[in-house]
Amino acid sequence: MLHTLLSLVSKWAIPVLLLVVPIYGYFKKVPVYEAFVEGAEEGFTTAIKIIPFLVGMMVAISVFRASGAMDYVSMILDPITSRIGAPSEVLPLAIMRPMSGSAVLGMATELMRVYGPDSFIGRLSSVMQGTTDTTFFILTVYFGSVGIKKYRYAIVTGLTADITGFLASVYICNLLFR
Amino acid sequence: MLNVIWLLLLATGIVVAALNGNIEVVTEAALGAAKGAVEVCFDLVGVMALWLGIMKIAEKGGLVQSLARLLRPITVKLFPSVPSHHPAMGTIILNLSANMLGLGNAATPFGMKAMQELQELNQESDEASEAMCTFLALNTSCITLIPATIIAVRFSFNSANPTEIVGACIFSTAISMVIAVYLDYWFRTKSRWRKK
Repeated sequence: MLHTLLSLVSKWAIPVLLLVVPIYGYFKKVPVYEAFVEGAEEGFTTAIKIIPFLVGMMVAISVFRASGAMDYVSMILDPITSRIGAPSEVLPLAIMRPMSGSAVLGMATELMRVYGPDSFIGRLSSVMQGTTDTTFFILTVYFGSVGIKKYRYAIVTGLTADITGFLASVYICNLLFR
Repeated sequence: MLNVIWLLLLATGIVVAALNGNIEVVTEAALGAAKGAVEVCFDLVGVMALWLGIMKIAEKGGLVQSLARLLRPITVKLFPSVPSHHPAMGTIILNLSANMLGLGNAATPFGMKAMQELQELNQESDEASEAMCTFLALNTSCITLIPATIIAVRFSFNSANPTEIVGACIFSTAISMVIAVYLDYWFRTKSRWRKK
């Protein structure tokens, strides 16, 4: 029931927006097509501007990931996280989450294929995926698009939010699904 | 801070690869990622153009402004340094709503547009302003009401109940959002106090 409702919303959200906004604009006497092109032009320049920032960040993350350094980080953290009820299988997910959205989606998919979506690991990795965000990607892209180089405390805030999200996911999953 | 993290990621990766005896993965990963980053940006070009185009129509019709007016009581408290009638407020709300609905590809263009509008208010042009930090704290911790991608993955592996995780997601994002907003507030007051 909930699933049908949610998939209905996510299926219809974009078509409805694409229909409602131009019709609304038309009735407000906006030259809709010209306005669209004017806005679209800004999108193009912004996307180009972030290239150098994204290249720098993605190269560092990719080297870190490919080298196998993550396995060592997992090994160091495992004694602590297993005590709070997080299986060691989901640790790489938590470590990579702020860095790469696509890598983490791949990892979560793999965990669900191996353990099943209704296992504890499957459910926990789903909740973690839905909870936290790719903080580094967002900071790089958003700050990059306006040429900000000094991020001040934004990194600490974002990463703390990720850690909190991870801990809260572990807590709620142990409460509901264990 | 960012300099240290960047260097740490790169250096740890290279040292570990060397110790493991597979230094060749470094070259492959670095060159592949450089190429991949540009591809990501080019994928963004079309989506950015589409959403910012639609948004321009909404803006000229006054839709963004009325949305901003509706939520003004909250945004004024969260962004004390932004004038309450500034267009950035509307764009920030659009970004956060897209995030909540799980429309990632619409959220990014709105977010970048919001950053550009906040940048107009920023005097130190290469340093993040207070409002930008608050916006990113909200953005990275934002509640997702419909985690569409992960529901789709669960569905494809024949989960008995693909959406059973939604409640748990809302619970834990709510907590991380509260922490992020509070931490941002704490940092902001601390850095103001230092400047005095």
